[in-house]
Amino acid sequence: MAAKKFPVEAGHIMMFARAVGDPNPIYHDAEAAADTEPGKTIAPPTFYQASAQFDPEYFLRPRIGEPWFGSGKEPTGVPPTRTGGDGGTGLHAEQRFEYFRHVSPGETLTLKTRPGKSWERQGKRGGNLKFSENITEYYDESGELVVRATGVGVRTEKVVESD
Amino acid sequence: MALQASKVQVGDTYTQKLTDDLSRTQIVQYAGASGDYNPLHSDEIFTTKVAKYPTVFAHGMLTMGMTGRMVTDFVGDGRLTAYGVRFTRQVWPGDALTATAKVDAVREEDGKNLVDLSVTTVNQDGDVVVMGKATAKIDP
Repeated sequence: MAAKKFPVEAGHIMMFARAVGDPNPIYHDAEAAADTEPGKTIAPPTFYQASAQFDPEYFLRPRIGEPWFGSGKEPTGVPPTRTGGDGGTGLHAEQRFEYFRHVSPGETLTLKTRPGKSWERQGKRGGNLKFSENITEYYDESGELVVRATGVGVRTEKVVESD
Repeated sequence: MALQASKVQVGDTYTQKLTDDLSRTQIVQYAGASGDYNPLHSDEIFTTKVAKYPTVFAHGMLTMGMTGRMVTDFVGDGRLTAYGVRFTRQVWPGDALTATAKVDAVREEDGKNLVDLSVTTVNQDGDVVVMGKATAKIDP
């Protein structure tokens, strides 16, 4: 699942740009943005991923009143059967964006998601690797496609060791 | 200022230092802004005791976002038409990151001037943490 509606907000863009360490005034100063080529605040290139904020069921955000798999009293609030007990994890392998235009605060985007390709590969360090694509298309209020995002996730059978 | 086709050449590079010392707090900032609260990125106890990693690590999307600053500083605001990366190595707190764009092609398509870039971000050891491609509209 993903968010169905993504309201693009100026404060959200400001916080996102701060988090990625981008001081460009176009992301936080409407007056300065007016003097840029786009003529207004626009979203940074990877901002579209923050549509997760508007997904009511997003699994990587604690849900009110429900157990959370991060630590509290115990190192995890959810029994370890979640990963099959082998320590394997899902990781983000690849992300691509295609921009048909860049959006600005005040717009509300509509999202459509669909699965893409999936494949398997034998990894050097993490055992068998299962890859799957997820495609999210962002449409503006006039129904025009503005951005297409393709994420590739990978599930490993073992913990990926760092070198 | 956007790039100009007449002034950019295949092989040109643009490099930007993204951070000298990535903080756990910046990773938390990214969790808050993006909405991705996976404890692997902020919860040391979960990450070391349950997931068995040496410590928390950055969201791949944080590194992609930080690298995106270099790309947009190079090509200009609102000029990107495509940006994609593979996450090749984890980024850990304390890492220093440097991003580089290299011009692969300067071309015309449907009357538009475009530049194709290879994008690479390396850590303090020179190991590649993300690598990918970007395309942007440029001026004639």
